[in-house]
Amino acid sequence: MINAIPEMSGPYVRKEKSVTRTMTLVMLALVPATAYGLYLYGWPAIILFTIAITSALLFEILSLLIAKKPVVRFASDGSAMLTAWLLAISLPPWAPWWVAVLGSAIAIVIGKHVFGGLGQNVFNPAMVGRVVLLLSFPLEMTAFVNPIPLFSADAPTFLQGVQIVFGGMSIDAYTGATVLDSVKVAVGHGGVVQDGIAGQRNLGSWLAGNNAGSMAEGADVLLLLGGILLIFTRVIRWFIPVSTLLSLAAVATVFNWVDPATYPDASIHLFTGSAVLGAFFIATDPVTSPTSPKGQLFFGASLGALIYVIRTWAQYPEGMSFAILLMNAVTPLINRYMRPRIFGRTNKGDPLGLSRQ
Amino acid sequence: MNIFGIRGGAKVSGRKELTAETPVEKLPMPRLLHVPLQQHVGSPAVPIVSVGSRVKKGQLIAESKGAVSAPVHAPTSGFVTRIGNHLAPHPSGLPVLTLSMEPDGRDEWCKLPEPLELETASPKEIAERVSEAGVVGMGGAAFPSAVKLSMGDKYDLDSLILNGAECEPYLTCDDRLMRERADETIIGTRYMMKALGVSKAYIAIEDNKPASFKSMQVAAGENSGIEVVYVPARYPMGSSAHLVQAITGRETPASGRTADLGVIVNNVATAFAVYEACKLGRPLISRIVTLSGEAVKRPANYEVLVGTPASDLMKQSGGLIEEPKQLLMGGPMMGQPLPNLDIPIVKGTSGILALRGTEIPEQNIMPCIGCGSCVTVCPAGLLPMEMMNRLDHEDVDGADEIGLRDCISCGSCNYVCPSHIPLVQFFNYGKGRLKEQDTDKARHVKIKVLTEAREKRLEKRAP
Repeated sequence: MINAIPEMSGPYVRKEKSVTRTMTLVMLALVPATAYGLYLYGWPAIILFTIAITSALLFEILSLLIAKKPVVRFASDGSAMLTAWLLAISLPPWAPWWVAVLGSAIAIVIGKHVFGGLGQNVFNPAMVGRVVLLLSFPLEMTAFVNPIPLFSADAPTFLQGVQIVFGGMSIDAYTGATVLDSVKVAVGHGGVVQDGIAGQRNLGSWLAGNNAGSMAEGADVLLLLGGILLIFTRVIRWFIPVSTLLSLAAVATVFNWVDPATYPDASIHLFTGSAVLGAFFIATDPVTSPTSPKGQLFFGASLGALIYVIRTWAQYPEGMSFAILLMNAVTPLINRYMRPRIFGRTNKGDPLGLSRQ
Repeated sequence: MNIFGIRGGAKVSGRKELTAETPVEKLPMPRLLHVPLQQHVGSPAVPIVSVGSRVKKGQLIAESKGAVSAPVHAPTSGFVTRIGNHLAPHPSGLPVLTLSMEPDGRDEWCKLPEPLELETASPKEIAERVSEAGVVGMGGAAFPSAVKLSMGDKYDLDSLILNGAECEPYLTCDDRLMRERADETIIGTRYMMKALGVSKAYIAIEDNKPASFKSMQVAAGENSGIEVVYVPARYPMGSSAHLVQAITGRETPASGRTADLGVIVNNVATAFAVYEACKLGRPLISRIVTLSGEAVKRPANYEVLVGTPASDLMKQSGGLIEEPKQLLMGGPMMGQPLPNLDIPIVKGTSGILALRGTEIPEQNIMPCIGCGSCVTVCPAGLLPMEMMNRLDHEDVDGADEIGLRDCISCGSCNYVCPSHIPLVQFFNYGKGRLKEQDTDKARHVKIKVLTEAREKRLEKRAP
């Protein structure tokens, strides 16, 4: 095993990079969108977010103890915190406390440690957590609320926030549907796309995240900013986010062109759900996505199409988490068949012929 | 000139400022010299002097043997004190046959062969002279240069590339050579071009060495067929296949060598040695060595006689500031760890490094998170993480299937890995296992052939 190898072997200069640095940079990139989301949804969201992170760290330490792994080294790598972070910001912002705790438990224990811990999991742990919650508790997981920014007139106080999260106060008065949801309902009832969008404002507000949705999936501008930071710092490469969003937009545009009444246009698909969050922050999870550029492009393109298919023809208005898990499942296969060309060899692996330019 | 892109590669911090501006210094005559008889790839040289005999500087002390070999000459005048096994600068730590001598301080040359004139010498004469002078590749590989210079017979060559990239961090010996001995290096280049029968030569220098570029350009002059070119400072630019690709755009086939594409690559220091051999008749008995690393009191470049103990260099530099965390021969990317400083400098020694703990940060090994950094930097287009995974499960054949043999052990993947996995260690282990398998297979084939031949003989003999 790797751990048995002495730590001093060449090369004797090293780049100052570490797993912790990678995880920290991803979280840093998430800060603007998250902070804005917490601002939009106020105290209940802040409390829920804190619960998710804290419980994930506890489950991580517990799992490491059971697996007899070095607790300090692994628990401080930032991976558990990032998992919980991604899970939390894709939860309905006012969900009850146990949703966050259960989600963290599923993500960390089943999604990650059962497979062998960091780097060994086949599926994105945060998405495993989210999908299990969504299938088990559809009511709680789709109880979205309209944004009521912190310190605004109707915003819940800290105490009310505690009551909302811990189950002493109903949120019925605040609930709202996501754009994708209302469009789906409208079309499902024989109406047209526009009936669903009516009253849900416009592209500008979608980009700003000013409509009902998960905790921090809305502010696409801030998410894009974070995503660009990740590409710029070379934590991720552009292949997956760009191919995912392009493919989703392309498929949406084609169907929208065929029948605009039934199929919403690309802007709705790109900017009202979790497409941007997923493309930049979740699909790019290095462990569960392909390694070669070719593989990443294929992964992203398929993911984009799959999101569209699930959103349009399956039961759920949002297809991101399902699509990512499905693509995670084929990642080993993609890695096997989409390898870079070896220097001096053809794509098939035969030695190159002798050619002079 | 238009430079072609190469795949992958890592931007490594050069740390060359420690020695880049220090001119080459002479070393006082060592008290004892230990000259290994195998400093090159191929068969070891055979000693022709005996213990007690007096030798002069430049005198042949061991003959080359076989097609790929190189002779060894006395680095100074003095007495042979011992011929026996001595610690050698080799990763195995095994001793090799070494001739030890005590310098007499007179540094008296033997009678040297007449200089060869560039205009009148034939390619064959040049190659022979280089062979007699014991010149080997000085970039580290130590392949006998004469063998390379005779490749014009077998291959249709069109250009020579001189490798002055010096992509390894810390090392500045080639940089100093190109700054201080540019004219001689260019003359050596001309001899090489003549030997190879090519009219075009490129001197490739990484773009972090403007002073070298300038001095070489001035020395090369115009319309000489020798072009000095910048290549990007991107490790491992000095790999010959990548250098050829960057300059000519030609990609060396996996099964072949650069000569198949008409290009021969040599180190700039080798060109200087060729100059000395042809123009002055002097054999290769000394070279420039970089002594660097933060544990060294006064890092410097030295002109060192072959056989000088590394400790002599350290002494001249004022010794160590502190116990080094790592002693190395060569650069930190592909260099070999040294057990101590008793080992002698050989023809292929480009540097001796003494690194402090702060230069090699303590890094915890973490599981692979599949980030793909190693895939991005791999100049061979491999999947290092996947090969590592297979080797971790002792699946040597599986690693072979996805290109283990194409790995050049440059260490780029290892350099960038955020989980600090010792990838090169895995690959070198895997290659060792493959070599073992190949040897085994070859042996079995041979046994089979011999057995069959024997059976046939017996059959014939039978009535």
